[in-house]
Amino acid sequence: MYSVVLTKGVPDFREGQVSFDEDGHLERGKTPTVMNPNDKYALRAALQTKVRHGGDVSLMSMGPPGYKEVLQEGMADVYADDLYLLSDREMGAADTWATAMTVASGIGKLDQEPDLVFAGFKTADGETGHTGPQACWCLDRPLITHVISLDVDEDEGVVRAKRLVEGDVEEIETVEADLPAFIVTDPEFEPSYYRASHRLRHKDLREETQERAENYEDHVTVWDHSALNLDPDFIGLDGSPTIVEGVDPIPKAPSEREATTIDPSDGEGMSDVLETLQPHVAGD
Amino acid sequence: MTETDGGQTVDDAEHYEALVVGAGPGGAAAAATLARNDVETLVLERGVDAGSKNVSGGLIYAEKSAPYTIDRLFPDFREEATDREITDYYIHNVAGEQVKTFDITDLHEHDTEWSDAVLRRKMDSWLADRVHEMTRETGGGLLTEVRVNGLLREKGRIVGVTCDEIDPITADVVIAADGVNSELARDAGLTDWEDPDEYFQGVKAVADMPSDVIEERFGVSGDEGVAHLFSGDLFEGVRGGGFLYTNDDSLSIGSVFHLDSIAEERAEPHQLLDNLLTHPLLAEWLGDDYEEVEYGAKLVPDSKKMALKRPYRGRLLAVGDAAGQMQAQGPIIKGMNHAVTAGALAAEAYIEARSRDEENMMGHFYKEKLETEGVMDKLRPARYELASKVGENETVSNVVDSVVTSGVGRMAVSALGGTLERLYSSPFLVGMIPDTRTPYVTLPTVIAEELGTPVRERNDVQPPDLADRIGDLTYDVDVGNPHIELRDKSFAASGTAVTACPVSATDFGGGCYRAETVETNGSTEKVVSLDTQPCVECGTCAVVADTTWEHPRGGKGVDYKQG
Ligand SMILES: Cc1cc2nc3c(=O)[nH]c(=O)nc-3n(C[C@H](O)[C@H](O)[C@H](O)COP(=O)(O)OP(=O)(O)OC[C@H]3O[C@@H](n4cnc5c(N)ncnc54)[C@H](O)[C@@H]3O)c2cc1C
Ligand code: SF4
Repeated sequence: MYSVVLTKGVPDFREGQVSFDEDGHLERGKTPTVMNPNDKYALRAALQTKVRHGGDVSLMSMGPPGYKEVLQEGMADVYADDLYLLSDREMGAADTWATAMTVASGIGKLDQEPDLVFAGFKTADGETGHTGPQACWCLDRPLITHVISLDVDEDEGVVRAKRLVEGDVEEIETVEADLPAFIVTDPEFEPSYYRASHRLRHKDLREETQERAENYEDHVTVWDHSALNLDPDFIGLDGSPTIVEGVDPIPKAPSEREATTIDPSDGEGMSDVLETLQPHVAGD
Repeated sequence: MTETDGGQTVDDAEHYEALVVGAGPGGAAAAATLARNDVETLVLERGVDAGSKNVSGGLIYAEKSAPYTIDRLFPDFREEATDREITDYYIHNVAGEQVKTFDITDLHEHDTEWSDAVLRRKMDSWLADRVHEMTRETGGGLLTEVRVNGLLREKGRIVGVTCDEIDPITADVVIAADGVNSELARDAGLTDWEDPDEYFQGVKAVADMPSDVIEERFGVSGDEGVAHLFSGDLFEGVRGGGFLYTNDDSLSIGSVFHLDSIAEERAEPHQLLDNLLTHPLLAEWLGDDYEEVEYGAKLVPDSKKMALKRPYRGRLLAVGDAAGQMQAQGPIIKGMNHAVTAGALAAEAYIEARSRDEENMMGHFYKEKLETEGVMDKLRPARYELASKVGENETVSNVVDSVVTSGVGRMAVSALGGTLERLYSSPFLVGMIPDTRTPYVTLPTVIAEELGTPVRERNDVQPPDLADRIGDLTYDVDVGNPHIELRDKSFAASGTAVTACPVSATDFGGGCYRAETVETNGSTEKVVSLDTQPCVECGTCAVVADTTWEHPRGGKGVDYKQG
């Protein structure tokens, strides 16, 4: 089993990490880049496949050279064997389509055709969820999205997956696809290891990878557009059909709340507090 | 497809030649011995990490007479996994502020190659790493966060185990090293968890103290450490005693009491520990900067009553606490060393049975080894069995007690003086000490009154209350999945747990057990309620209350950082 996981760096939107300017625009330079949180589920699915069926996992990302660290984070998580970074100026400012084209070319250039390609669901910055399915279209493989659990039947050459279909009611659908296939994981994805031997192998991989992740740079292959044989007109900004008309800052939360500080020893003040709280406690 | 008695199929199961349940000292010794003999061995441990569930006092002994010691099985053990070597040992007889101290280093050194203080998280997790490396080479390995929940049987015979987290496992030998509340020994019908007088309850606090302060306050240097024991009237008449051991940069302070005595006296274990912590005698050691980092508790089997004479059933061999192999040699507690010996002997028995092609004999071989190596005689000394028949007879013990406290007894104590110190150090005599008030409470009190000198130091220690002690522990609560259920809520059946549970107390609402008065149809009834969230999995309420008691699922529950 050979798997490739697609991942992307995004601004770290967590409290205390992210930085906005006065107009509410994201300050990229002051905000650290981290792995897209949803990609963790794709990594877990790939790891489960590797633990259960053996074989290698490669991690691939398109982005600036700084994304190498994102790949390192992913390597430690998924116990990846090699890392691929698709990177040069021509690829910059790509929309989901141009990204999908580039990534699909990257996958095409690999020595071995992956049995499974995994992508996470939606990036934290773009929120489109397009890149994975579009890359899949370029690769011409069966696509299974919203995957919450997964099992590969190597003898039959198929992958069986459960997908979470959200509508008025939540339904779980079981589907099967021929290998090679493309999997987009749902944030509800839960890996499962029910065999002692799988858990032991998982532990082996963790130990093996620790050392590899420390020297991760030895395992990164960087490909630019010429290595991928891509025409600059069809990638990056030039190859992006999406036109961004403008960016609206996120409106700030209104600060109309009032706060009063009451010393716990102030009996009267405290009984006021209780009085104020009482109707809420009663659920009114 | 062969169906097992639980309805699972053996085809679902993975097979390992040997399976060891529990990664304490007993499990580690068994697994290391199996692995050295190229037996494919899988070890399953329920904690997030080995040691995360374990508490001991903890002095680990290497006995000269033992066929196996931990450092021979794990060569770097003392350098890597232990704290100070205990070179001095004292027992303090206490009556109020009167204290008479005996030096019992001779008893401590009897048959001792070495003895080091240990903290179980550090010790067990170090051992587990070695065990994993060794067993991995055999095709097995060690897994944490897996709780074994029962035996797998086929046509009534034990063939393996079932687990909460993974598929069933079959094995040619199953070594139950799963500690005092062994679910496997119970499932196999070897133990029943019914009798409080078969157990002690140990409670312990670990307090931070920089190593230079330890050296100064305890008069030790380098890697050396000291042990202090306490008995007398500072524990409200409950049978048992207290201990204080020096680690590298912390102290282990605790108490070990007979569980039946805790139950009868309705004593609160945390309170007994506080009596020790706040006694004037401890002032000079604890200073005014007492900083408790962990509170913990666990049952301790009393081998004199619990050590299984036939610690096996079919291909299940029970070792260590699971087989009741925990020796209270007078005031000295030896459980870890016997677990190590028994674990290695069980492994040996399997290997021997296999090589002779007599696998059905392995239990018998194991039992014989325990006997011929002298382990059984330490665990169940014949002289105790004889002496206890007389000594534990209630009338006799009352008479002895009143003689000791009478003028005659007091005179004898005064006259004996220094000889008493030697008697306390006699391994022969301590082996026959009966489980009555006399040796634990009455005699030490009289000794202190007659021979002691007052200690009037001011003790400023303010031990944390239970709420803070619980708050300082780390838990991964298995929400909606309580591991203990009350079978009988009546106070008569389960009320003892309100006081005996080390994280509950009569006037405390934040613990596991609470007593409540409910009104039903005009009549009032006193009942008990249970919240397992603060549970430290000590096992007490499995014995003193009417419960359905299991360990939490793998990785869930309390996570001791010290132990
Ligand atoms: C307060 C106190 C003081 C003590 N002082 C000393 C002392 O000074 N010296 C001494 O030698 N002994 C002392 N003891 C006793 C000593 O701790 C025990 O005798 C010893 O730990 C027994 O070792 P063991 O390997 O049999 O079991 P344990 O050390 O209890 O190990 C059992 C292991 O099995 C695991 N386990 C349990 N159930 C399952 C399951 N279902 N599935 C998977 N894993 C499971 C547990 O998590 C644990 O890791 C003391 C005990 C206490 C409580
Ligand atoms: S609830 Fe039971 S097992 Fe848990 S700490 Fe209390 S007595 Fe011990």
